[in-house]
Parts: sequence; structure tokens; C-alpha cells
Amino acid sequence: MGYFWTILTLVVALGLTWRYLGSYMAAVFDGRVHWLGWVERPVYRALGTNPEQEQTWKRYAASLVVFSGVSIAVTYLLLRIQGSLPLNPQHLGAVGNALSFNTASSFVTNTNWQNYGGETTMSYFSQIGALTVQQFVSPAVGIAAAIALVRGFSRRNSATIGNFWVDLVRCMFYILLPIAFVAGIIFVGQGAVQTLSGTVSVHDALNGVTQTIARGPIGFMEAIKQLGTNGGGFLNANSATTFENPTPLTNWLSIYLLLAIPFALTYTFGKMVGSIRHGRALLAAMVIIFGVWVGFTSYSEHQGNPAVAAAGITHQPTGNTEGKEVRFGDTSTALFGVASTNTSTGSADASYDSFTPIGGFGLLTGMMLGEVTPGGTGSGLYTILIYAIIAVFIGGLMIGRTPEYLGKKIQAKEVKLAGLGSLIMPLIVLVFTGIAVSVHAGRIGPLNAGPHGFTEILYGLTSQGNNNGSAFGGLTGNTPFYNVVGAIDMLIGRFGIIIPALALGGSLAAKNVVPESLGTFRTDNTMFVGLVIGVIVIIGGLTFFPAISLGPIVEQLSHGKFF
Amino acid sequence: MTDSSTLEAQGPDAPAPTTARGVAQSRSLFDRAILRQALVDSFKKLDPRVQVRNPVMFVVLVGTVIVLIEAINHSSVFTWSITIWLFLTVIFANFAEAMAEGRGKAQADTLRRMRSETEARKLLPDDTEQRVAAAELAKGDLVVCEAGDLIPSDGEIVEGIASVDESAITGESAPVIRESGGDRSAVTGGTKVLSDRIVVRITAERGHTFLDRMISLVEGANRQKTPNEIALTILLAALTIVFLPVVVVLQPFGHYAGATVSVVILVALLVCLIPTTIGALLSAIGIAGMDRLVQRNVLAMSGRAVEAAGDVQTLLLDKTGTITLGNRMASGFFPAAGHTEEEVADAAQLASLADETPEGRSIVVLAKERFQIRERTLGAAHEFVPFSANTRMSGLDFDGRSIRKGAADSVRRWAVEQGGSIPDGLDQLVTQIARVGSTPLVVADGPIILGVIELKDVVKQGIKEKFAEMRQMGIRTVMITGDNPLTAAAIAEEAGVDDYLAEATPETKMELIKSEQEGGKLVAMTGDGTNDAPALAQADVGVAMNTGTTAAKEAGNMVDLDSNPTKLIDVVEIGKQLLITRGSLTTFSIANDVAKYFAIIPALFVATYPQLNTLNIMKLHSPQSAVLSAVIFNALVIVALIPLALRGVKFRASGSAAILRRNVFIYGVGGIIAPFAFIKLIDLILTALHAY
Repeated sequence: MGYFWTILTLVVALGLTWRYLGSYMAAVFDGRVHWLGWVERPVYRALGTNPEQEQTWKRYAASLVVFSGVSIAVTYLLLRIQGSLPLNPQHLGAVGNALSFNTASSFVTNTNWQNYGGETTMSYFSQIGALTVQQFVSPAVGIAAAIALVRGFSRRNSATIGNFWVDLVRCMFYILLPIAFVAGIIFVGQGAVQTLSGTVSVHDALNGVTQTIARGPIGFMEAIKQLGTNGGGFLNANSATTFENPTPLTNWLSIYLLLAIPFALTYTFGKMVGSIRHGRALLAAMVIIFGVWVGFTSYSEHQGNPAVAAAGITHQPTGNTEGKEVRFGDTSTALFGVASTNTSTGSADASYDSFTPIGGFGLLTGMMLGEVTPGGTGSGLYTILIYAIIAVFIGGLMIGRTPEYLGKKIQAKEVKLAGLGSLIMPLIVLVFTGIAVSVHAGRIGPLNAGPHGFTEILYGLTSQGNNNGSAFGGLTGNTPFYNVVGAIDMLIGRFGIIIPALALGGSLAAKNVVPESLGTFRTDNTMFVGLVIGVIVIIGGLTFFPAISLGPIVEQLSHGKFF
Repeated sequence: MTDSSTLEAQGPDAPAPTTARGVAQSRSLFDRAILRQALVDSFKKLDPRVQVRNPVMFVVLVGTVIVLIEAINHSSVFTWSITIWLFLTVIFANFAEAMAEGRGKAQADTLRRMRSETEARKLLPDDTEQRVAAAELAKGDLVVCEAGDLIPSDGEIVEGIASVDESAITGESAPVIRESGGDRSAVTGGTKVLSDRIVVRITAERGHTFLDRMISLVEGANRQKTPNEIALTILLAALTIVFLPVVVVLQPFGHYAGATVSVVILVALLVCLIPTTIGALLSAIGIAGMDRLVQRNVLAMSGRAVEAAGDVQTLLLDKTGTITLGNRMASGFFPAAGHTEEEVADAAQLASLADETPEGRSIVVLAKERFQIRERTLGAAHEFVPFSANTRMSGLDFDGRSIRKGAADSVRRWAVEQGGSIPDGLDQLVTQIARVGSTPLVVADGPIILGVIELKDVVKQGIKEKFAEMRQMGIRTVMITGDNPLTAAAIAEEAGVDDYLAEATPETKMELIKSEQEGGKLVAMTGDGTNDAPALAQADVGVAMNTGTTAAKEAGNMVDLDSNPTKLIDVVEIGKQLLITRGSLTTFSIANDVAKYFAIIPALFVATYPQLNTLNIMKLHSPQSAVLSAVIFNALVIVALIPLALRGVKFRASGSAAILRRNVFIYGVGGIIAPFAFIKLIDLILTALHAY
């Protein structure tokens, strides 16, 4: 019954959020909200930008790339010199070269892949000043890119798609900071740790050992970690620890927060293009795939562990509990896992490595579908719009018209950009996995042999290529090879899609709108939802089917046999 | 306006021609001569320089070479079978294109024969004639053509009038009248003068005559890819590019799993995954689309125009000839106060006895039908008064009576001049008739005004349903007419058009097109006169009538050889059908991949992971038969779909949602299911043959 109520309350809460946060975000990006004008204006002055002046897509993209480049450089530098910086009660030394590069790329691309244990690697200053800052900034960058693409649809004959700096600043001040602040208070109120006093040592007289317990400014970081679909926790064990995720309420809140903005952005889209129905169609595509994934992952986790079953214990009433927090149980953990992997968050309240093969398949394929169900903050929307454009193109041809989406003709240029945007992810994931399994440095990474080991590598590079950041576990990532390959994977996975998305925005904004008629291909009905789902599943399925067969499918079909 | 002689010849109610005529001499889809030529061309097209233009098939060709090398090094029945079937895949794709081109080539050959046989009688400045070959004529030369002569080149009649047999171009056997001056002065090279003598000034440069253009069009000599075709090619190339690493990484993936991965199977997998079905048929679909237009006697100057036709949202249709029959017909007699209907009918018939216009004849017929008033013999002392633009009346003087019929104000004035008066209610009667879109003719017997004849514009049968279909397809129809707004509104209402432009002039027509285009709509129109030329050029799809002036034909991007403006509707449908065929086969091609995966992936790794045989849901006999079956299916499906590509996917005029549902079901869902069945079938056959 608990699982039922979890789902029901989430649906209600997210439904309200979709409607009201969605419309609020539209107001923010349309420039109709001003209650923080007094903080906004000095920031523009400091940035030297004129908020009234809009940018072409090229300038917008250039600003975004330059900003992200500077962010990587600054984050990298802070990690390298953390030993000389304050707020370092444990006196942790500089973070290694390759690891700093990987971590900087990871947090700037909203991935939060962590090749380190937070409590033993990062000083408080690095956690707050380097990583948490990026947890605020990187989702704002993603949302800004999504909004710029949406403006391509909502404008006509326009050379510009907004001002990157304005979108970035407004997103942070009006959306991310206020919500994260409130959520942070709840986390801390529920018992998440929030302190700068360093570790505590506890002497266990009974066993005669002294334990060092890591603490830190965890509670507020937790809020933005989930809200911004970041996923990088303070502690190595992430949301599975009581310090990050103390109660069932915070577990629920975590799931809610990481789904809130990605879903709500579809309303924002509908509002900005003047047709809520269009936003609802994308929402429906997201919800259907998400629902199916939650369903079968929960089901397969509830079925119990095939390896345990192979050992003769067929009755497993609590499902597969290996690697799970007993506090959360099998199905709720599966829900958390699917929510986290389908949103490019990547936080974890269990060990994903210990999911059943087919449960792990649910997590892995959730990412392989391109992180669009609902995907990351901003990235989910712009990526599903790219898929929608492909659906429009094929569907539009089938009714005998030059395809158009929201009145914008989808022509050679759009197809080129959408093709690039939708195919770059499978391309890099497969190529990098191919390299990793071929070279010695890559082959020594996984803990397990056989298909499970293969899945560990595939999962790692899929997670990074999709800017998810969740770890399957089992893969030793902190090696020069995986640090560098992973960083490149994350950077291409992020900017290889953002740039085509912005180019699409620019190209669409410049077009006139074809008036709607009975002969127009409908992009707001059930049929279209089906087509979008079809395109997402077919592109993901066709590109990853062979790889999946060699990983989780073989493993599942082996019925618990180890390799 | 439209040449009435052509219209009559065709019969006003004639349904759109269903059989191919004219340039498109009837040929079955798989004519034997074309088939033979296409087979030869399939091999000629193996030239890599030709193949590289089609990225999808080029990959197949390269794959074939790789497998061939593999087959030579590790010869086995399996490797050779794969090699042969991959090679056949390329050949089948070439064959599809060659078939599509073949029909055009055959037509071009017929036309070319016509061109080479012509000899011209060039008129020199001193009025003497000189016999020269048609090919030597230059622009501006004058030539003489008399009965029996072929007109040597395109030109304008500067002197004379003649009946011309244009069947060589249009397939229409009834001769048409061509005369100097006005909109009927253009003649086309290759047509035959049947009577009289004309002097023609040549207007086409050598090698640029209408016939030359036709030849290069039907042959597809300089066919360029259309915008949607380019966009689709990009998508197909992108899919091909992404499947390349998908397949290539299977080598290291397999190696990691401890499997040896056969290069032959990898190539087979790649070829099965990349969208070969649509890649092979794409250009054939485009060529066949142009060909379908030619079958209906429409020449499109570019593929772009055909595609634009599918996108058209506003159709501008001339009232006369397109919406109405072009002739007004008498539909009723309305007596003025103090007279009977029969009196009016009687006088009207008398006044029309000598009136040979369709309107006049229809009055005679109506009087006969209504009141059994037969044509009568008049005494010797009678005189017909013909219609003149001055009097705007016609009639008959006999037995001292002067009967007149004509425009309301003219007849009224005439009656008053004769000393008569205007009966009460006449004005109301006249306005009432005008309001419903008809033309009132007033009939007077001397000073006495008897009543009014109603001449009705007769809307073509079935046109209203056609417009309803258009509406369903989201196309707005606008009627263009020179009539006053009152009349126009009534006819628009009756014909069921969405809007009308009354008292149209070339300028208002042009404005209408521009304003529609500014609203983002694509506009199609027909036209024939020189003053239509700017609008034809401005419209996205401008269909010029073959009977029209050279200027009109050059301004438009299509020429209708039948000069039947209603055909604009067919053109729109062909444009849509072209896109639908492409979209549907793309969907089919991609949907096919699912089954192919289930055939090949288990086959590829089953030696290492026997568990994967669970994925062999088709229960194919052996790994080798599975791969071969998928490859054979992949090749044969191209051949199987050639007729569909050439004919086009069946098009029904209905709303977009219905069309989409139908095509997604047939080509999407069907595309997923069908290959499972056929691959299994091929596997069963291979097993039965003990091939494996």
C-alpha cells in the first residue's frame, strides 16, 4: 500500500507543479516577473550585459559555450588548489589532474559523474564553492538552452532567440534558488546534516575501534542536487545514507524534486508557443515511457534476485533487497532509480549494480532513450523537441505535406540539425564503449567479468554521454583513461546536443508561420504522442539493441548464472 | 480566358481523363521494352560515380566488395550467397531507378522522332520562300505553314487563321483554332496545320523549343532533387552514419565477450539496418511522380513545383471553364406584369432563332421544352438583328414586329424610344435574378416589355464535392471572376468555394496571391493570357494552359497540355501522393529493422552465449540461414515495392488525421510485422532446399 500512496501523492504533487511552476517559468522567461529586480540589475551591470539586447543563435551559443568553458576552468582550478583554500578541516590535498578535469566537466555539464568519494576527496570549500555552485549554474544553462529553442517556435521572422545572460540569471534567481532554499530547509528539518565543523571521531568501546564519521554542509546541497537534476552527492553513498536522505519523506521529496522542473517545462513550452495542448502532448510522451519503465523495473525488482532464486530460494517476499536500503524497500527504490536515470540526475538511494539484470536494464535503457522522459532540467525538453522534429518530419511526409511543427516548416536544415542532435549520443556512447572494451586501460575497469562487466563499462559511458552521472558501481573510474574518456563523453554529450538545439532555435525563429488548416499534420493529439514515443524508442532501440543484448539481456537469460 | 474550342471538344462534363493520352501514350507499368532496357541500365548504373550520389546504396556497394573479398579468401556457400544477395540488392535499387526512367525515355524517343522529321518554309524579306531544316531556324524568323504542314518550331501567328491538330503534343484529336493577335496566337513546334495558311514568327531559340523542353523533362535529363527529397536524403544519410558505428563496435564488443565476429555477418547486419528500402526507391519515387503528371498531360518544369503542389493551401480557380461550364444557359422565363410566361418564351425563342451562341441555343431549347414551341419557318420578309457591342441586343424583325432581347438597360432604353413604358416590378425582377448569380435578359416586342429571361451560369457537375474534398485536405478554394460581387457571391455559394474574388483584374489577382503568401500560404493558380503571366510567376504553383500565350507558358512552372483548369486539383493530389509515398516507405524501411535484429543478433552471438537463442523468436533454422534470410528479404522487398514506388501510395482525399492513421498502420505497424513473416518464410524455403 505504501508504494501506491507514494505514486499517488507524487502524481498529484507533480500535476500541480506542472501547471503552476510551468506557467510561472513561462512568465519568468517572458520577462513578466520582477520581484527580484533589485538583485538582477546589479548582476547585469557586473556582467556588462544589456538585458534589453537580444542575441542571435550564434551569439547565444557562443555566450553559453564561453560561460561553460570558464566554469570548467574555474572549477578545475579550485579543485587543484583546494589545499591552500579555507574551509578544509580535514586538510585534504589537491585533487589529481585527470580527476579534476573529469569532475569539472562532470559538474559543468550537469552530469555529476563522480570518480571520487566526496567525503575523502573534497574540502568543504570545494563542495560549496566549486561543486554546489555548478549545481545551480548548470541546470540554469540547460533550461536557458531549452527556452531559446522554444522561442524558435514562438517567434516568427525573428533574428534573435533571447539573451543568454538574462535567461541564466533569471533562471537561477527566480526558479532554482527559491525552490532549493525551501527544499533545503525541509531536508535539514528532517535531519540531513548541515555543518561546517568537520568530521567527528567516535570510539566504539565494545569493539575497540575508533570510527571517523564524515559530516558537512549536506542538507542544502541535497536540495539543488535533486532539483537541478544534478545527482552529485556530498557523500560517496549518495542518497542511500541517512545524512543525505534521512527519512521516507526526504526520499519522496527527492523523487519529487528531480521530476518537478523537467515535467513542468513542457507546460512552459506549451504556454510560450501559445498552445498548452502541444505541451501536454510532449508531457504525455514522457509520462507514458516513464510509467512503463517504472512499472517493469519495480516489477522485476519485486520478483526477487535470480541468483538467489538459482540457489534454491524461490520465495522472496521482499523482492530483491541486495544493495538496497531496507528503509525504502524494493519498489520504492526502483522508482527512485528510474526517476533518477530518466531525468539525467543520477543520484542513487541504492546500489544500482545490485539490481536484477532486467532492473538494471530499466535503469540503463532509461538513459539510452536520450534522457527525455522527462530528462534533465532543460536538456529533457530540448532533446525531446529534437525527437519531435524527426517525428514531425516522417509523419508529415506521410500525409503529403512539407512537414511543419507549430507552423514552422521542417526542411533540410532542420532535419540535418535534428539528425545530429538525436544521433550524436548513441554515436559517442557506442564508440567510447567500443574503445574501452578494446584497450587494456579500459578492460581493467570493471569489477565483474562477462556480460555484467560489459554492462558496467557500457553503463558508465552511457551515464556520462547522457549527462546522467549515475554509477552502476563496479567500474573503477578514477583512472586516467576513464577520467579523460568520460570527460570527453560528457562534454560532447552536452554541447553536441545544445549547439544543434540552439541552431534549430535560430533557424526556426527566422521562419514565417504556415497557418493551420485541416490538412495540417496535428502535433497535439494522441497520434502524435504515439509517433514521438515511436521515434524515441526506435532510435534508442535500434542503436543500442546489440549492445544491450550482450549485457543485461544475456545476463537475465542466464538465470543467475555468474560469469 | 480559356479557349472554348478545346473545351467543347473535350465535352463540358467529360470526367478527368483516366486513360493516358498524348505524350503519355498508354504503356503498362511493366512494358516489355522498358523492362529489357531497365535490366541493362541496372548494370550500367554500378559505376561508383553514379552510386556515390546515393549514400545509402553506396554503403551497400562498398559492403558487397568487402564481403566479396572475404568470400574469395574464405570460400563457402554462405559467404558466396551473401555476396550474391548483397550484389543483387544494389542491382535491384538500380533497376527501380531504371524502370522509373524507362517510361520517360520511351516517351522522349517518340517526341524526338517528331522533331527530326520537320522541314520548314522560311519566308524571306522579299516574300520568297526557302526550304530549310527546322533545326536551322533562328528566333525571329518568319515561316509559312499551309494545310498539311508541320509547324517547325514554337512561334506566334502574325498573319492568318488556321485549324491546327495538336494531338502530337496533347493527344487531343479535335483540331483547335489558332489565329493572329490575341491570346490564341501561340503555336507549338511539331503540331500540324489542317486548313488555311498562316505565317508564324519563331519565338524559340534553337534547342529551346517547347518540344525540346518536353523531351528533357520526360527524360528527367537534368532532374534535381527537390527540397523534401534533400531533407529526406539527409535523414537517411544520418541513419546510415549512425548504424555504421553500431555495427562496427560489435567487433570489439564481441571480442570482449570472447566471441569471434564474422565480418560477413557484420556487413550483412549493416546492410539490413541502413534504410536500403527507401534508399533504393527514393529516386524512382521522384521520377515516377513527375511521370504521373505527364500521364495526365501536365508538364512540370521542375520537381520542386510538383512538391510545392502538395503543400498548396490556397487554390485560385477561374470561374469560367473551371467552376462553371463556361456558357450560361437559359433557366427560366419571368413575365412582366400583364404578360404570361409563355408569351415571354415565345418572343424569346423568336429573338434567338438566329443566335448561334450557346446562350441563344439554350433559350430556343428551353422554350421548346417548357411550352412545346417548335422552331418555326418564318416568312420571307424577316431580318435577323445580330448582337453588337454597341446595341447590346439581338433579335428579329418580321411581320412588322421587332422583337429584341438583351441587357436590361439597353432593352429598356430601346422600348422607351419605341414609345413604350417600363412595366411595374421589372426592375425588381432584374435585380432579383442578378442577385442569385444569373444574368437577366429583358425581352421586348416593340415598345412592349414582355419579361425577363434568366441565364444561369451552370456549375460543373461534381465540382462541389471536389471542393468539399479540398476543404477536408485543408485547401482553401478561391473563385476568380470578372463578375460583379453579387453574381460572384451567388455562384460561389452554389459551387461551394470558400471565397471569391469578384471583378478581378490581373492586379487584384496578384494582390490576392501576395497577401496569401505573406500569411505563409502556398498558392496555386491556372492562367493562360499574357496578363496572367505575372500572377503565374508569383504563384507557388502556376499551371499555364497549353492553349495560352507563350508568355503565360513561360511564367508558369507547369503546363497543362489539355488546357483543363480543373486539373489543378489533380496536380495537388499528385504532389501529395509523392510525399506520402516517400514518407510511408521511409517508415516501412525503418520499421523493418526490428525483425532483422531479431534474426541476426542471436545468430551473431549464439555460439558464445547460447542463451541468446531465446531472442530467436522466429525460430530460424540456423545462424547462417537466419542471416541469409534477412539479407534475401532485404533485397526482395525492394523489388516487391517497385510497383508501389512507381504508382505511388494510394491517395484518398481526406483529413490529415485519417491519412496518417492509415499510413502509420499499414507502413509502420505493417512494417514491423511483415518482415517477421517473410524472413521466417524464406528461412523455411532455404531449409527445405537443404541449403543449410
